[in-house]
Amino acid sequence: MSGGHFPRGKASIAGLATFGLGEQPGWTSIELAARAGLDAIADAGMRLGQVDGLFVCLPDDVLGGLSLAEYFGVTPRFTDCNRTGGSAFMSHVATAVTMLEAGYIETALIAYGSNQRSGGGKLSTPVKSNAYEAPYRPLFPLSSYALAAARHMHEFGTTREQLAAVAVAARGWANTNPEAFATGPLTIADVVGSRMLSSPLSAKDCCLVTDGAAAIVLTRTDRARDCPQPLVPVLGAAAATWHNAISQMPDLTTTAAAESGPRAYTMAGIGPANVDVVQLYDAFTINTILFLEDLGFCPKGEGGRFVEDGRIAPGGTLPVNTNGGGLSCCHPGMYGLFAIVEAARQLRGQAANQIPGADVALAHGNGGALSSQATVILGSAATL
Amino acid sequence: MSAHGPARQWRDALAKGRFLLQRVRSSGAVIFPPRLAEPGVGDEGWDWIEAGGMGTVHSVTVIGGRPPEPPYNVVLVDLDEEARMMSRVDGIAADEVRIGMRVRARIVEEDGTPLIVFEPVR
Repeated sequence: MSGGHFPRGKASIAGLATFGLGEQPGWTSIELAARAGLDAIADAGMRLGQVDGLFVCLPDDVLGGLSLAEYFGVTPRFTDCNRTGGSAFMSHVATAVTMLEAGYIETALIAYGSNQRSGGGKLSTPVKSNAYEAPYRPLFPLSSYALAAARHMHEFGTTREQLAAVAVAARGWANTNPEAFATGPLTIADVVGSRMLSSPLSAKDCCLVTDGAAAIVLTRTDRARDCPQPLVPVLGAAAATWHNAISQMPDLTTTAAAESGPRAYTMAGIGPANVDVVQLYDAFTINTILFLEDLGFCPKGEGGRFVEDGRIAPGGTLPVNTNGGGLSCCHPGMYGLFAIVEAARQLRGQAANQIPGADVALAHGNGGALSSQATVILGSAATL
Repeated sequence: MSAHGPARQWRDALAKGRFLLQRVRSSGAVIFPPRLAEPGVGDEGWDWIEAGGMGTVHSVTVIGGRPPEPPYNVVLVDLDEEARMMSRVDGIAADEVRIGMRVRARIVEEDGTPLIVFEPVR
């Protein structure tokens, strides 16, 4: 599959930050995003005024990029409020990298912040079911993922215990990450026995509702070499959209990650076997299983059996969601940027659950109802 | 009728008790929900057809419901015309709806609005 032209390694993550993961009462969403943004700029050894490309999502402000530009008092040459759901930040990376390489911008800031836990305690999103689905009262977005999970179980024999293994693995990583919100013991029985919300997905199959913010600074790699932190070049970034509403998904058991993944691999010049650490947007346990399959870590239909024996948990052979993921670390509504930050921390050697010698990390984002899929592949300086 | 977009035309027909689909003349593809042109192709040569109403449950989820509301199901139905839609299967306990179950459409009124639901074919 042609990846499309991508300037492999020409731009790098020079700065990153998270802030307020879990509960951060008394902060607005834009304050959280701005805090992470300022910290990421400082981490890159840069000044606020250098930001000339701004890529922003805020949970309840569809013009969040304009709001943050005003808040910071910067006048970006390019402002992007693109929101493809939680995968938006991976798309931001694709846009920022190509614009940096073209010389259109010099310094990109990608930022997100949400106070949804302190502010309301529910997923904060302006998105809802379309007119052809809403009358049937699916829980949005949970029931869409439940319909995909039910179909995966029907076609491939995937079990609720296998779904639960995803949540248990995530908790295992969270338990040794000081930033993670949900910690403590969690067993397969705990997950399977938790309150059923939209079958076959129960409460512990669902991501957290937390506050939190993240930001990254991207610049051309030749400039990033002068920044204080270890270089994290972007090796590939590809996005794919096949549908929006779950009833229009071509195949409930195959996501557009089956397109974004191979395109990103082609750009990076690698395959799944070369990936040292994997960050997947685990809004629900079924996501991890679908993305492991669609991104080539196991054959289609084998995801449940792939995860059931702790393979993606601490001590397993494939480290997945090493921060605890959306299931146990944080989920402030749009998780994609947190997956990118964790991938970059692994490559810097700064992760709480550091995978020794990680040189290639994959961060995969999901948006809508398994709709928008976007894959970013990051490397260490050794991959250039 | 062409004064309105396909979505409004479809809704107006539903209000008169008709369950319509679009069928593309050249390819035979059936379109739902209503669109201006064949997805992925752009062919605008289509006609409204009456749905036969028969379908098969492609997937199902049961939602707990907040007591005292009982659990209810949400399904994806593959219509025999080869279009897929979200709906609900009535006339059976929510947790007895199964993937592969044959179902037949009927139009009910809910909250003052016509709605397509399905019932098991026994």
